[in-house]
Amino acid sequence: MINKTVKNATEAVADIPSNSMLMMGGFGLTGIPENCISALLERDISGLTIVSNNAGVDDFGIGLLLKKRMVKKMISSYVGENAEFERQLLNGELEVDLIPQGTLAERVRAGGAGIPAFFTPAGVGTEVAEGKEIREFDGKMYLLENWLKADFSIVKAWKGDTAGNLIFKGTARNFNPMMAAAGKICIAEVEELVEAGQLNPNEIHTPGIYVQRIFQGKNYEKRIEQRTVSK
Amino acid sequence: MLTKDQIAQRIAKEVKNGQYINLGIGIPTLVANYIPNELEVVLQSENGLLGIGPFPTEDQIDPDLINAGKQTVTMAKGSALFNSAESFAMIRGGHVHLTILGAMEVSENGDIANWKIPGKMVKGMGGAMDLVASADNIIVAMQHCSRSGESKLLPECSLPITGIRCVKKIVTDLAVLEVSEDGGFILKERAPGVSVEEIKSKTAGKLIVQGDVPEMIFE
Repeated sequence: MINKTVKNATEAVADIPSNSMLMMGGFGLTGIPENCISALLERDISGLTIVSNNAGVDDFGIGLLLKKRMVKKMISSYVGENAEFERQLLNGELEVDLIPQGTLAERVRAGGAGIPAFFTPAGVGTEVAEGKEIREFDGKMYLLENWLKADFSIVKAWKGDTAGNLIFKGTARNFNPMMAAAGKICIAEVEELVEAGQLNPNEIHTPGIYVQRIFQGKNYEKRIEQRTVSK
Repeated sequence: MLTKDQIAQRIAKEVKNGQYINLGIGIPTLVANYIPNELEVVLQSENGLLGIGPFPTEDQIDPDLINAGKQTVTMAKGSALFNSAESFAMIRGGHVHLTILGAMEVSENGDIANWKIPGKMVKGMGGAMDLVASADNIIVAMQHCSRSGESKLLPECSLPITGIRCVKKIVTDLAVLEVSEDGGFILKERAPGVSVEEIKSKTAGKLIVQGDVPEMIFE
């Protein structure tokens, strides 16, 4: 068994250079790689392009990387709830590429699966379709979308083993499994890291083949954006 | 005029037994409160959950379990969890029967605009473009007019559109309307106390009135 373990987040992100293309798992603040984001903040790098469904909030998640001006471009589906993001965007300091959420998920999946492009109905007749090939299948129009790949993908799982196998919890799975496969180097941070052989193979969501580095994170805050309770 | 809860209550009558349903943010989320208990339906959340349960009590809160509006939720009995690619495979693959979402504008041929106001901050479309391009039945929940009093039911959308020719039905604070295959809004029901004339005056697109239009009934 190949051991993928690294010591901590600092070691895991130590060689990520400026201007690289990153993917980061998470939906809202659920399932984001908190430890790696903190470690990236300690690095003196900039010009990053980040593929992530959302852009965090002002003082948490990817919002922290934005505040430190480390990000050149975001590729996302929804970027509300972030005043610093808005300021940088309106000032032309930040580029943003907004992509329908299902198209984003499938482009990342395609990147990891070796499928260079696919047709989807999402966005036909909208500005998303501008400049893209449109083709009819069985009487309905679809547009051609390309794969997305990254230099590094950074994911967060619930449990993992030293072979890089991952298990996610709840809706913290979201984009993490596809991103794991679409990064040349996938860094996985997990809440609980065990020896290879201790996870049930029937329950693995992301097989270790996609993961190059893994470590057990600490001090997870798991901030809640919309705490909503039953009355 | 209907309250937001009454709009949700009226839309809940469109729900059929055995449906898989995606509810958007805002009024659509409220629809869940009015689906009759005798109907067995499954609510899909595009961030990776089939079978959304009620909001949690304080001690049930799990930050790893949210809906697409990022609210904390619980899981209903028999629910399933999955990744985002799988989630949109369900949606695009036609497995989700009904999508209920909000809108800024709807045109008389069923186009919907709900993701962008040029010149203002653009937050993104999230899953809306995938949803409206895929579901067979799309119901819009919205106010009939904007806050400034402009009709949101138009000959064509003025804002950047989210999807073309996809909206089947619209429930507003004034009326229930269907989008005609030939273009136009067919007035099906009036909110209690609201006249056909008022609805006509507040509908910028073509309004089709066929015979007597009944008032909505609320139990």
